[in-house]
Order: sequence, then structure tokens, then C-alpha cells
Amino acid sequence: MCLAVPVQVARIQGSTGWVRTAAGEVRVDLTLVPQVRVGDWVLVHAGFALQVLDEEEARRSLEEWRRAVEHL
Amino acid sequence: MEGVVSLAHGDGGLATRELLREVFLKYLDDPALRRLEDSARVDFPGPCLVLTTDAFVVSPLFFPGGDIGCLSVYGTVNDLCCLGADPLFLTASFVLEEGLRLADLERIVASMAQATRRVGVRLVAGDTKVVPRGMADGLYVTTSGVGHIPPGTDLRPERISPGDRILVSGTIGDHGVAVLAARHRLLEGEATLASDCGPVHRLAGAARRFAPGLKVMRDPTRGGLATVLKELAEAGRCDLLVEEEALPTDPAAAAVAELLGLDLLYLASEGKLVAVAAPEAADAILQAWRQLPEGQRASCVGEVREGSGRVLLKTALGGTRELHLVTGEPLPRIC
Amino acid sequence: MPSNIFEAFSDPQLGRRLLAHLRELVGDEPMLMMEVCGTHTVAVSRAGLRSLIRPLELRSGPGCPVCVTDDSDLAAVVRLAKTERVTVATYGDMLRVPSSAGSLAEARAAGADVRVVYSALEGLKLAQQRREREVVLVAVGFETTAPGAALAARRAVERGVSNFSMVSLHKLIPPALQALLSPGRAALRGLLLPGHVSTVIGSRAFEFLSREFALPAAVAGFEPLDILGALITLVRAAKAGHPAVYNCYRRAVRPQGNPRARALLEEVFRPAPARWRGLGVVPDSGLVLREEYSAVDAARRFGIVPEESMPAPGCRCGEVLLGRIIPPECPLFGNGCTPGAPRGPCMVSSEGSCQAYYRYERGGELVGRRG
Repeated sequence: MCLAVPVQVARIQGSTGWVRTAAGEVRVDLTLVPQVRVGDWVLVHAGFALQVLDEEEARRSLEEWRRAVEHL
Repeated sequence: MEGVVSLAHGDGGLATRELLREVFLKYLDDPALRRLEDSARVDFPGPCLVLTTDAFVVSPLFFPGGDIGCLSVYGTVNDLCCLGADPLFLTASFVLEEGLRLADLERIVASMAQATRRVGVRLVAGDTKVVPRGMADGLYVTTSGVGHIPPGTDLRPERISPGDRILVSGTIGDHGVAVLAARHRLLEGEATLASDCGPVHRLAGAARRFAPGLKVMRDPTRGGLATVLKELAEAGRCDLLVEEEALPTDPAAAAVAELLGLDLLYLASEGKLVAVAAPEAADAILQAWRQLPEGQRASCVGEVREGSGRVLLKTALGGTRELHLVTGEPLPRIC
Repeated sequence: MPSNIFEAFSDPQLGRRLLAHLRELVGDEPMLMMEVCGTHTVAVSRAGLRSLIRPLELRSGPGCPVCVTDDSDLAAVVRLAKTERVTVATYGDMLRVPSSAGSLAEARAAGADVRVVYSALEGLKLAQQRREREVVLVAVGFETTAPGAALAARRAVERGVSNFSMVSLHKLIPPALQALLSPGRAALRGLLLPGHVSTVIGSRAFEFLSREFALPAAVAGFEPLDILGALITLVRAAKAGHPAVYNCYRRAVRPQGNPRARALLEEVFRPAPARWRGLGVVPDSGLVLREEYSAVDAARRFGIVPEESMPAPGCRCGEVLLGRIIPPECPLFGNGCTPGAPRGPCMVSSEGSCQAYYRYERGGELVGRRG
């Protein structure tokens, strides 16, 4: 349905941003995430940032899954 | 050289001669070519001659890591090397579109010349034609190559047998991703993503030293590694089992492929070699490849099994996925 | 250690241990679940996961915007591409999908100007650069892609880019699931919900699934760990009989989604009935441009009236999606419905259940022309 990739915001200019990838900077539109700041991670789909990612929630999910498989 | 290509450059008269002298011969200064005769007479060292030809229509003409000029040399040279030949002579024919900037043409021809020197082949004959604006995408180049195969060389997929190893000389899909990223102007600022456009003559030469164990070589261009492996499996009438975690990928190429929804297994490389070899030869070939700058990421990615021509990818999770031939080149996906 | 926390979601070691735990939970009880989203379908197949989790069976759902585009809509777009001065901008996914009027790739080969774009804004930029052309964006996609098209529409109107328009073929997931499940959930025990649609509409938008259909549903991300973590949650909930909507993609999905994106959708589009390939017309499941944006409405500008799509008599895609039947039990499977001439979404997608069956039965090779 929708391919989207987590990338980090390197620069912001108005509603346009540049995210850092291993290949260099990619221009993305930030209109849908007005609260974004440089250094935030965003989900990019078809040239747009869809959401600012929550790193704390990411850690919690990983921790939850690691606990679920401790017994193995 | 200033200005643009005009139809006059194609009429065989003064303008054509000036173009040949000011642009082509300025860089491609081979003795046979300089004679500008209808064909070139050269000495040929042995009984077994290898011949190939390829057309190059890449757009854009310039992309990170290469251009249509060096690509047109390496593409044909690599095809010769895959059969175990030493590349010796090239010919090149150009279709120039009216309006092509001469400065661009000059850059492309200079890049071709530099590529021939790097590989040590002679470009001995050529032709240029000009077509009206709109009839070609700036420039098309067709190169043909002649090589010599040392006696006793026998590289054929039919020689593949169960237990053989599958080797790749480096990261996969780099050219395909670089061209797509350039076409969609995806990357801004200084980008680290580049085509792997380059010659495989030293890689092929190193592999050939282990001849009896070396069964076949290919360069994974159009259709990428997956397509080449499928062709080898079918021609060799066996199955190829590939380990996903062993596939060498370049971080920059992987990042862009993920962003555009592309599968690196189906994207072209323009400077890599795939080889199938018996186990002992395979280890020796890997060692030899890793001594070369263009072989730093050489890896064994799988092995040959009894079978019927399938290519099975063992995924990082331990599952299996079959790799099929696909229709059409990979395109950016949203789903 | 991965360079950033998000790379950890494809860590093979933890992935293999989560897989072992999932298999422990599944045991030998056959269970049918659906991955609604086409991107999940591709991710599951690429990870080679389907064979590893049996007897838990994952069935591909209607969540590929390309596959569910109705033949009549696509045929209308292909005919439009052949119109004088029209340049069609399309995502790569649509280029080779066959229709009764051929594919966009075939139209291009016959001289139509068809360009592949990576984003809706690339289509708008094309129109700004080529003012002599009528640039028409084939705006397919679900709630994830639609905001991008909405923004392109708004910018085109604001900047007076009069040669830009779009054919809005956007689809909405909740109404489609409602329609699909209304005859009852059949053998389905759980739903893997589209993570990126949910970043926009929020996990709360799926609560009707547990309320009305007693189905456990998990909003999932697309890395191997996300999918395995969500399946573990679903299998536990199905066995314990706790139907609820579980948000297993909390790093990206909030209960209310992305308010700014939803407001933009509301501003530019309004819900309307839409034709889904293989499922027929589903009320309120499409998005059409509002009156204020009629200037970018290609349907209006070019008078596109898709012919009444002759619903493929005998097409039982809906039942395949629900696991009521397996592809070979559909009367059209392999005769009248092939990868080259697909009647339903399950045959269009290279990862769809019907095309997977079609290939598998023919020794893994694709038989029949692929558009």
C-alpha cells in the first residue's frame, strides 16, 4: 500500500526539507509534519514526510520483543 | 569545442572532417583510426577470435560514476572478458542528434579514450552519422569488440555441476540505482551514490588462472544478478541456492533502492563479474579478486545443487523465495 | 550495533528468535489471517516468510492500489494517454498493468507521452516545465499517498498551473474492509493492518473490526521484526479470543493519526463510491476532488466517463481474499483470468494469491503475457 522509509532530517527551509541517506541528501516535503525539527527521524513516502518517528517508542517495541523471546 | 552538432557534420565533407579531427582524433589517436579509411587492418595473434557488439542508449548521458562514453567501452570489453577472451580491438559508431552540445560530445569521447587506455584496447575504426533534432536522445553509441581466447579455454554454463560455488566480484545493482536516482534527480548536494561502471578485465584474468575449476563467467548488466543466475541455472540444468545475507550491497545503493522500492537483485551492475567455480578454485579466485581494488567486496553468495533450473534465495529469516525472470526494467514503486 | 535505532527492526538474529516464538504459539493449529496491505504482501514474500509460519496461512488482501484499480478506470486513463498534447504522469507500479484498452506501457510504445514519476510533486513540476503539454497525474493510492496528491492539487491551484490535472483513483481501506467482511469473516482469524495508512488515519479508525466482526487486528510496520511482532500479537489474541485493535507500530502510528494530513485530505477530496477490481462498487470508498479543486479534475476537464465496467461474471476474488475458496476454485482462474489478462486484484499483483498459485502450478514459471 505504501512504501515508506525512516530517514533523518538534515536541513529545513520552510515546508521543504533535506533528509540524510547513505547516498546523499534527498529533498522531501514537510508540509504534513509542521512540528519537525532538524535531527528528527521521519517516515518518507513518495517524496513526502508522513510522520515524525518516536525513537522512545522504537526502543520500547524492541525491548518488548526481546523480553518475549528471552526464554528461547 | 564550442557550439552544437549540426546536420552539416554528417554530410562527409569539410564539417565532418573538422569534427573528426577536433573531437574524435584529438582523444582517440590510434594509428589505424587516424588513417580514417573505410576499415582498419590489424594483426591477430591466434586461432580463436571472439566478437561482440552492443548499443548504448543510456539516459541521462552523464550520471554519477560514469557516462555513455566509458560505458560503451567497458560494456563491450566486459562481454569479451566473460568468455575468457583478452580484449584487443574496438570499433565505435555514433549517432549524433542535431543540437547535441559539442562540449558534451568532447567530454564523452575523452572519456572513451581514457577507458580504452585503462583496459589497453585499441579503438581502430569508427563512424559518425547525424540525425535531425528529436530523432535520437542526444547520442547513441554502438561499439563492437574483438578478443583472442587462449587455447584450451572452455567457459560454458553446461559445465556447471552440483557443489560448485557462485561468486560475485562486488556490490550488486549499483549502476541501475545510480541511473534511476539521476533520472529522477533524487539526490541533491554532493552524493556518494555512483555507478560501478568499470572494466572487469583484471577480475576475469585473475579467475582464468584457475581455469579447470572455473566453469563460466557473466557480467550482471540488464536484469541484474537475479536474471543472470536464472539464465545460468536453466542453461546448466541445475538449481542455484543463494544466501541473501551473503549478497554484497553498497549502503548508498541500498538506501536509494529502499526509498524507490527497488530490488537490487534485479538492477544492473556495469563493472562486476559473476563466476561459477569448483570449491577449491572458488576459494582461490576469491583470494585473487580481493587483492584488486575492484574486487574488495568479492563474495561467495551461494552454491549449485541438483535441480531443474530454479534460483532459490535463502532469506535472512531462513525462508526460501524463488527468483523468477521479470518483465520490464524495475521502476520506482509506491506500494 | 545498527547505526540508528530503526535499522534494528531488520536484525536477523532477533528476527529468527521471534520467528521461533511465533511457531511455538502457532503450534499445529491451522489458522488463516490476511495481510491487508500490498506492501506487507511484498515484504512477507521477500522475507520468504509464508512457508516458515505454516500452518498459519497469510492471505494477500485488497491493499494494493494498483491491483484494485478497476479495469474501466485504467482503460479510461490509457485512452486519455492517447489524446493529443496529453502527458500522463504515473507511478511505476501502474505502468505495466493490463486493461481492456491495453497498458500505459503499450500506449507509450504506440507514441503516447507517459512518464514515470516518484511523487505527485514531480508530476506538478513536469507541468510547470512543459506548459505546452497537458500533464495528467494518475493519482492512485490509499490514505498514505492521497495527501501528497492533495498537496499537489492545492499548489497547482495556488500557483495557477493550469496545465496540471489528476485522475483521482484514490481508495480508502476501512470502507473496503467493511464491505469485504460484511458477508461474515468466514475462516479469517486476524488482520495485519497497513502501518503507513495508519500513520495518516490513526489506529482508532480500525476499531470497527473488533466491534463488528470480533476480529483481532494489528497495525504493523514493514520490517521483518514488525511483521513477526504483530503476528505474535494476533495469534495470541486469536487463541485467547480477545478481538481488539493492537498498535504494534507505535513509533509511527498515533491513535488519531496525522491530523494535518487528514485535514488536507478533507479540504481537497470528498468520499464517493468507487469501483474495486473484483469487488465491485464499494460505497464511500473512493476520493473525488471537491468543487473548489475542479480546476485540477482531469475527469471533468477531459470528460472522462469510464464505461460501465462489466463485472467479470464468475470472478470470486472477494471469496479468495477471505479464504472461502482457494484460487483454483474460482471459475475464471487460468481461463479468462491470467497474469496477462487479470480480472481480479489477486491476479494482477505479482505477489497476489492467484498469481502466486498460477505461477506455482506451472512449475514456477510465468505463463501467459504479462502486460
